[in-house]
Amino acid sequence: MVALFVMSTETVPTSAPSPRLWLARVRRALMFWVALALVAGGWELYKKFGPQDGGEVLGWKILPRAKDRVMPHISDMLSRFGEPISRSTDETVLSVVLKGVWFSLRLVLAGFGMGLAAGMLLAVVMTRFRFAERAVLPYLVISQTVPLIALAPLVASWGGKLELFGWQWPRWMSAAVLGAFLTFFPIAVNTLRGLQSPNPAALELMDSFAAPWHRTLFKLRFPAAVPYIVPGMKLGAAGAVIGVVVSEISTGLRGGIGRLVIEFGRATTSDPAIVYTAIIGAAFVGLSMAALVAGADAVFMRNRPKEAQP
Amino acid sequence: MRCAVEVVGVDKIFNAGKADHVEALIGIDLAIEQGEFVSLIGPSGCGKSTLLRLIANLTVPTAGAVTVNGKPAEQARIEQDYGMAFQQAGLFEWRTVAKNIELPLELKGWDRARRRARALEMLELVKLPEFADHMPWQLSGGMQQRIAIARALAAHPPLLLMDEPFGALDEMTREHMQAELLRICAETETTVIFVTHSIPEAVYLSTRVVVMSPRPGRITGIIDVPLGAERDDGIRESSGFFGKITEVREALRGAEFGVNAGALALGVDDR
Repeated sequence: MVALFVMSTETVPTSAPSPRLWLARVRRALMFWVALALVAGGWELYKKFGPQDGGEVLGWKILPRAKDRVMPHISDMLSRFGEPISRSTDETVLSVVLKGVWFSLRLVLAGFGMGLAAGMLLAVVMTRFRFAERAVLPYLVISQTVPLIALAPLVASWGGKLELFGWQWPRWMSAAVLGAFLTFFPIAVNTLRGLQSPNPAALELMDSFAAPWHRTLFKLRFPAAVPYIVPGMKLGAAGAVIGVVVSEISTGLRGGIGRLVIEFGRATTSDPAIVYTAIIGAAFVGLSMAALVAGADAVFMRNRPKEAQP
Repeated sequence: MRCAVEVVGVDKIFNAGKADHVEALIGIDLAIEQGEFVSLIGPSGCGKSTLLRLIANLTVPTAGAVTVNGKPAEQARIEQDYGMAFQQAGLFEWRTVAKNIELPLELKGWDRARRRARALEMLELVKLPEFADHMPWQLSGGMQQRIAIARALAAHPPLLLMDEPFGALDEMTREHMQAELLRICAETETTVIFVTHSIPEAVYLSTRVVVMSPRPGRITGIIDVPLGAERDDGIRESSGFFGKITEVREALRGAEFGVNAGALALGVDDR
C-alpha cells in the first residue's frame, strides 16, 4: 500500500495523457504488486528462519512464533478459500467471505454516503455563517476524540427500538452510522477549507456579476473545493471501513466481515489459515473503497492543472 | 452626453472612530462621460483601487453618492452595467476558456446556445478564436488576461472597470495588450476606468488621467490627453506623448511632496 503514495506526480501541462504519464501509471500499478509480493516474501522468510516458539530481543518477548499454528503459509491461506467452511456443509470459505465482504461493503458505502452528505452540509453551514464555524468546529473536533468502541454499543442499542415516522431503525443502520461518524469529520474540515479557498478577487468577481450567495457556492466555492474534498474522501473512506468493521465486531452484527473475523478467530487453534481469509476479506473492503475514491479523483480532477493541487 | 459615472462628494473611511482609522478617500468629485478612457494613477495608498471598488459597488462610501449609467451604483451592479478585470486574470481553472467567458451570461440566465455564440464572438474580438475549448492554465499570462477582458465584456456592458490588469505582464506583452485594449474598446464603444501605477500606460491609453495622492486619498489633478482616438505604437515615440508623461509625472511629484509629506512613510494598502 505504501508504494501507492510514494510515487511522485509528474507535472505535465497538457490535458492529453502523454506516454510518460502512462508509463508512470503502469509503474505505480506495478509497485502495488511488488509491495504485496515483498510482504508475502517477508512472511515466508520469517516462517523459515524465525524462532518457532517466539523469541526475545534485549529481554523483551516480542518476536512472534513462526510455527504453522500461528503463522500459516500464504499458500495455506489461499487454498483455504477454496475449501468448505466446515465438514457439515459444501459452502466454500471464499463464498462466505465474499458474502461478508459484500454485506460490509454496502454498509461502508451507506456510511460513507451519509458522512459525505453530513460533512459537506456542515461545511456549507460553517462557510455561510462565521459564528457557526466558531460554535460547531470545536465540537466536531471533540466528537472525534470519543472512542468508537465506547459509542458502538449505544448506537447499536437503537437497532429495533428506535422508530421515526413509522420507519424502524434497522440493526445494520447502526454500523453504517458509526462509519459515517468517522467519515464526516475529514470531509467537513477539508470541504470547509476548500469552500474558503477562493481568493478575494474571485469572490469580488462574482459580486460584480451580482451573483447571489448560492450561485457563488455552486459556481465558485464548490468547484474550487474539489481539490480539497478529494483528499478528505480518501481519509473518510478509510474511516468508513474502520467504523463499520469495528462496530460489526463490537456489536456482533451478523452477516459482515467484522463478524467473520470473530467467528473465524475462535477457530484459530484448529484452523489457523481461516482467520487470515477473513482478514484478507476486510483488507479487500478497504481496497475497494480506495479504488472508488481513486476513481472519483480521476474523474473530478481530470481537467485540473497538475501543479495546482494542494 | 449622459454621464457614464458620477461621483459626488464621496468619502471612504475605514474603521471610523477606532485607533486604526484610515481616511482612504476624502471629498472625491469625478464625472466621466460615455466613451471616455480614464486612468486613475497615484502611489500606493492613494485610494485609487478603493475608488474603483466604490464605483463597482463592491464597497459603499461613508459619505456621498456614486451614480453609474444614471443609476445608483448598487442597481448598476445588479443589472450588470459594468464588467470588471483584475490584476490576476482570475479565470476559473475548472472551466474551459469559452465557459469562463460564459460565466456572467450564465448568471444572467442566458440559454446555452446563445451563451456559446456570444463566447465565440468575444473570442474573435480578443483574437483567440482557436482557444475556446482549452483550459485556462494552458494559456500564457497575456492570453489569460485577454480572456478575462472578454469575460468582463461578454454581457456587452457600457462600462469596463480595470484594476491594474496588465500589472503582472512583461513589458512587451503589456504594450501589445494596451494597443489591443484600445482597439477592443473602440470596437465595442466601451467607457473604461483604468487603475494603474505606470505613467506611460496611463498616458498611452487615456483621454484623461486622474492623479491621486495619499493620506487622505484625494484627487490632486486631472490631465487631459488629447492625442486623438487613433493611437498606434508610433505615438509612444512622439513628443506630445513625452510631454504628457512629464506633465503627469510632475503632477504626481507635486501630490507626493504636497501637504502631507510627513506621513509619507506610513504605507496603507487600500486594496
